[in-house]
Amino acid sequence: MPSLFDKLWAAHAIAETPGGATIIAIDRIFLHERTGAAALNSLAAAGRGVADPARAFVAMDHIVDTRPGRTDATTMPGGTAFITETRAAAHAAGLTVFDIGDPDQGIVHVVSPELGIVLPGLTLVAPDSHSCTQGAVGALAWGIGSTEAEHALATGTLRIDRPPTMRVTFDGTLRPGVTAKDMALALIARHGAAGGQGHAIEFAGSAVTALPMEARMTLCNMATEFAAFSAVIAPDDTTFAWLRGRRYAPAGALWDRALAEWRQLPGDADAAFDREISIDAAGIAPMVSWGTSPAQSVPLDGVVPADAAPGSLAYMGLHPGQPLAGLAIDGAFIGSCTNSRLSDLQRAAAIVAGRHVANGVRAIVVPGSSAVKRAAEAEGLDAVFTAAGFEWRESGCSMCFFAGGESFGAGQRVISSTNRNFESRQGPGTRTHIASPEVVAASAIAGRISAP
Amino acid sequence: MSTPFTTLTSLAAPLLEDNIDTDIIIPSREMKTTGKTGLAAGLFAGRRYTEGRTENPEFVLNRPGFRDAAILLAGANFGCGSSREHAVWALAEHGIRAVIAPSFSPIFAGNAVRGGVLPLALPRAAVDALAAHDVAVHIDLPAQRVTAGTLAFAFEINAEAKAMLVGGLDAIDLTLQSAATIAAWHDRNRSLRPWVYLGNR
Repeated sequence: MPSLFDKLWAAHAIAETPGGATIIAIDRIFLHERTGAAALNSLAAAGRGVADPARAFVAMDHIVDTRPGRTDATTMPGGTAFITETRAAAHAAGLTVFDIGDPDQGIVHVVSPELGIVLPGLTLVAPDSHSCTQGAVGALAWGIGSTEAEHALATGTLRIDRPPTMRVTFDGTLRPGVTAKDMALALIARHGAAGGQGHAIEFAGSAVTALPMEARMTLCNMATEFAAFSAVIAPDDTTFAWLRGRRYAPAGALWDRALAEWRQLPGDADAAFDREISIDAAGIAPMVSWGTSPAQSVPLDGVVPADAAPGSLAYMGLHPGQPLAGLAIDGAFIGSCTNSRLSDLQRAAAIVAGRHVANGVRAIVVPGSSAVKRAAEAEGLDAVFTAAGFEWRESGCSMCFFAGGESFGAGQRVISSTNRNFESRQGPGTRTHIASPEVVAASAIAGRISAP
Repeated sequence: MSTPFTTLTSLAAPLLEDNIDTDIIIPSREMKTTGKTGLAAGLFAGRRYTEGRTENPEFVLNRPGFRDAAILLAGANFGCGSSREHAVWALAEHGIRAVIAPSFSPIFAGNAVRGGVLPLALPRAAVDALAAHDVAVHIDLPAQRVTAGTLAFAFEINAEAKAMLVGGLDAIDLTLQSAATIAAWHDRNRSLRPWVYLGNR
């Protein structure tokens, strides 16, 4: 009666420590340029090497410029040192770098699945909280800090306590216009930003099984906003068809052998979980955040709650009872590891096609990877967006967070397909509302928070 | 290797909001160096300073009595958001060695233990009681006990985290003691799941 998590854990548990933790084998490690140098330089200074450099990768995504014609220069003051030091340390350690100008460059959680680096049944860690995104393929993937990244690099393992488990079941059929992003926001709004506290979550149910692969990544991506340890979805034919033929995925006889094992990964029907949550998928509406935590989200036709936290209200410039729909916006951002994949851009483009961004609204699209950008351009999506008045960028994390470079500005109200509406996340004083790419696209056109 | 943590006595600065995220603890714009130091000035920068980077006298760590506080009292889900370990490094560099809160983000809690900062979970009522008492708080990690005046609370911490903190241990050194076990595990795993390994590509 093991669950998917139980199987993943058992397949990677090397030894127990005297303190009751487990030494877990780590199959894939990703670093990025924002913190990669700190980990790699510290490791080198301690005279330690990387145990298996062939299974460690670096994505240049966090602070790289996303404006056309970019170089190592950054809009963030002093950012170039993060890029050049990470690059030099990664090359010295023998890691594969998806660098600026490389056709495989992009956001770590977009690049890793699209290259088949993450696979069902693997463990993957990265010093990035949204690493849980990659559990969507049936891997145990979680975010760590720099010191743990050093440990993973040096030993190919981590020492961790076995997390408690939770199954979140979405049964039923999503209504038209309701997306994986709305499922995540509805869950977090209902159960709180700490609702998943440290649990290894499995997303299950007919509404999850019905999601295409990229939407599954969006759902798992937001698990960290629920304070989960990780998120995983049982791999199935959707997963296998999506992964087959990708560069780092096994091929030929090895694919068949791997596939046979992957088909055994889903948990048993009677698998037990420490906690269970069920949500009726048909009852979920398109969501939008009003406050400064993803838990402070309501249906698009909802209002700011009567008991809204005063600090969040003051920061967002709102008052209780105020409707979200119709709120005038200054900016619209489509991008981030949550919602920047080809299908996200296709759905947003379908809404903006033949229309134009409202006067005074700055609208930006940032593809999640260079491969997504090329695929979108091959379909003419770039032309759709630019004709509608959107900026079309190079790939990266871009304005999902503010590192001292680009920002929409203080007091500016922005609707964003990103994952965090924290205070000053997109720049000091910037007021972020998070929503699906569809809602961001429709709002950019209307100049107000709007349904597609 | 971090500074061993056994006991700690200090006034405890109350910052009793839920969901204090790592962007609040240290905004990304304050992560100006590629190393692990020089981060204390950026601690709580969005709250600690007003325009022109002058101190905000309202912020708890700027108030008399709490300027040198080594203990922070906080709300639930402390350290949520970004995995940046700079949040722990900035706290430690500022002199904060323990955070007492009803719950912590799992990534922050792991980073804190590695960085020699104790993430001490107590029920909300206990945190509130400590905040209401204007006396020094004493933490005894080996005894898993917090006292302040007439207040006394026991707390839970897993054995691995406790051993790491009390000993100031380096986890990599500990794990490398099992190098032979790890190597043998890989030999078996490589024959079971060869597609996991990418070395011969």
